[in-house]
Amino acid sequence: MILAMIIGMSLVTMIPRVIPAFVVDKLRFPNWLNRLLNAIPYAALGALIFPGIMNVIPDKPYVGLIGGIVAIILAYFGLHVIYVLVGSIVTVFLFTL
Amino acid sequence: MLSKAIEKTQPSPALAMIQKGLSKGFPIVIGYLPIAIAYGVLAKQAGMSNLDLTLMSVLVFAGASQFMAANMVIIGSGVIEIIIATFVLNFRHFVMSFSFMNRVREMELKWKAPLTLGLTDETFAVSSLHTEEAKKEKGALFYATLMFIAYSTWVIGSLLGGLLGDIIPEALGQSMGIALYAMFIGLLIPSVKKEWRIGCVAVIAMVSNFLFSQFLDQGWAIVLGTILGGSSGMILLKEEKR
Repeated sequence: MILAMIIGMSLVTMIPRVIPAFVVDKLRFPNWLNRLLNAIPYAALGALIFPGIMNVIPDKPYVGLIGGIVAIILAYFGLHVIYVLVGSIVTVFLFTL
Repeated sequence: MLSKAIEKTQPSPALAMIQKGLSKGFPIVIGYLPIAIAYGVLAKQAGMSNLDLTLMSVLVFAGASQFMAANMVIIGSGVIEIIIATFVLNFRHFVMSFSFMNRVREMELKWKAPLTLGLTDETFAVSSLHTEEAKKEKGALFYATLMFIAYSTWVIGSLLGGLLGDIIPEALGQSMGIALYAMFIGLLIPSVKKEWRIGCVAVIAMVSNFLFSQFLDQGWAIVLGTILGGSSGMILLKEEKR
């Protein structure tokens, strides 16, 4: 049963991922659609960050938010992504002590 | 003779792309490792064998849905129910894949098709902010490398979690839950600094995701939030230079 579940999950995950590779090759998109697709990465980042970040410590949504604000500040000052990661991990860690 | 000397001092394009993929993919490795271990631990608690839980990472490679599946196994959900929930939660990758494939049109299909299988939220985010590589010689190796190290970390971390249990202390493990969010923020902010309208697009996606999530599945809320945010970008980012 577990194996059937894994294979089923794999198919419903992989098929939607791979279809665009074959479709996009055959189509020329109008300008507005290209602009929409080019904005998708930024929109996706937004949707992935919020409200999910409030679940980092599920019963303390503010901890995730503070970690996020620290990340924004560090990234704003041009720090490498690795330091942004470390800074926000340390911040959240201090809040869980 | 001279041309040979020059060749020696310049690293081959393939090697340069692999190095760049390793460097840009490294933050994903840091973010994935604790989460993969936590998934392995949870899947073990759900009664899955080490083989099963690793196989799921090999074949599905989508963190949130694997956590959800393990939780659903614990509460006794049916297989069909779990598969449908997985489809809904992972459908956002369809939208992401469309966006990425449109950006890397120059690449050959023999590269593009396998690369889509390595698309997760994280590999998509990093790849999409480096679309210029697709036009360079051996550029596909850049994406392949960053996806490969992300994938390997995910698979190995899952197995470690299943084999060793919680090897990361709980407080640290919990704190590392912020890592991927911090990476998303770290990727987004430099673009926002260059063009403030990009920040508007992201905020519109955040707010719509939040509103939709009040009455829809998390999966559909993210898909709709992303499309709505993208549509706002269609208007806001008119003069974006390619």
